[in-house]
Amino acid sequence: MSSTQEIQSGLAEILEEVAGVSPADATPEKSFTDDLDVDSLSMVEIATAVEDKFGVAIPDDQLANIKTVGDAISFIEKNQ
Amino acid sequence: MSSSTTDVVVTGLGATTPLGADVASTWDALLAGRSGVSRITDEWVQEFPAQLVARLATDPSEQIDRVRARRLDRSQQVAVIAAEQAWAESGAAHAGVAPERIAVVFGTGIGGALTLLGQDDVLEAKGPKRVSPFTIPMLMPNGPAAAVGLAIGARGGVHAPVSACASGAEAIRWGLDLLRFDRADIVLVGGAEACVHPLPMAGFAAMRAMSTRNDEPERASRPFDKGRDGFVLGEGAAALVLERADSAAARGARVHARLAGAGATADGYDLVAPHPEGEGAGRAITAALRDAGLSATDVGHVNAHATSTPVGDTAEAAAIRSSLGEHVMVSATKSQTGHLLGAAGALESVFTILALREQIVPATANLDDPDDDANVQSLDIVRQEPRKASLTAAVNDSFGFGGHNIALVFTTA
Repeated sequence: MSSTQEIQSGLAEILEEVAGVSPADATPEKSFTDDLDVDSLSMVEIATAVEDKFGVAIPDDQLANIKTVGDAISFIEKNQ
Repeated sequence: MSSSTTDVVVTGLGATTPLGADVASTWDALLAGRSGVSRITDEWVQEFPAQLVARLATDPSEQIDRVRARRLDRSQQVAVIAAEQAWAESGAAHAGVAPERIAVVFGTGIGGALTLLGQDDVLEAKGPKRVSPFTIPMLMPNGPAAAVGLAIGARGGVHAPVSACASGAEAIRWGLDLLRFDRADIVLVGGAEACVHPLPMAGFAAMRAMSTRNDEPERASRPFDKGRDGFVLGEGAAALVLERADSAAARGARVHARLAGAGATADGYDLVAPHPEGEGAGRAITAALRDAGLSATDVGHVNAHATSTPVGDTAEAAAIRSSLGEHVMVSATKSQTGHLLGAAGALESVFTILALREQIVPATANLDDPDDDANVQSLDIVRQEPRKASLTAAVNDSFGFGGHNIALVFTTA
């Protein structure tokens, strides 16, 4: 089990690797598409990386509901 | 038709090649006689008959942002690097041309082979869920053209001719037509290739098309030489900015040369073997001359396709002799760059333009003992050292598996 802080920093690492998002920008209120400029294909890559890193499964219909960094953190917390 | 006589000029050049990371360093290395060929040392190559390659002088990772590079196949990375150089040099971004009047024509022989093969490895090892969502856009053969179009903001059409090793030259030919038919005001053209991987290497080797002179990498690519035994696979890209002469003059653009004409033919002979007398190739050169309104005696230099294969070089010698005569100074620059497949015609057009601009003809390396073939013997193949010249027109020809033949005629600015 990872703490909220560990999840946020782990997610920030993935965002930096996949989409070049600065870790300082990867805060819970940020929208992946509107604020961080992450496109739909990159979201798929991020989801795969999250699955590997946190041992969760993100079904496609759930991925569509993950709009912000905070949504992703909550999803991981609930499902890990 | 009046539009067919519209003058088209070259106002920007870009390249990343086995000889250098830009046009200037590539040209300097070419004139200095340096080779871009080396022997592969990776373990997988041990069982391979042909172990030579002309790798990029500078890896794309040193010229392109990491995050951007992640979603571009290597062939797309080099395309973007060369295109952005040409675009910046031309100053076309500041010409006030609407994006809807800017077009791209960018060819590749093989496309995103490294992505296709790399993701197949992922599929086999980890299953379908781990295959990258960028697999398709990275492997599609229009990928280099599309990436270039996005990079320069072209919205007037993005096209991707695919004709094996003639692709880069064919892109230039289509660019000329787009401008003549007023489909666009500026066209960025070129070719890209990056497929150094065991599978293409094995495939070409199985055709007996590659040099196996593994112990002498820099001596392996030897067009027209009696001891030639195949080509050396190279990687890289080259790009040119084309526009009509009147608008280039109006904005005060630097003009490297004029693209005076183009000819395209098909052998209709065999899927891979060239017509032994170079019939289709010679016809392409003649068509290009007619298109340019020039005669054979106007042409002083040919940058030959000359890949260093036994049959290809003699067929081309026949084509050059029959279409142009014996007076032209011939250079086979693949002797130093290796064979960049779908980028070859673009890179060699850059060399042809620089020969005209600088009035110097590059030498053909490794031509120690010209083939006994009567046509090869009849040609004035420049060797040992570059030769100062007084040129007004020069030809670049390119041929591809499938029997594709493209000839381009450039003249001084």
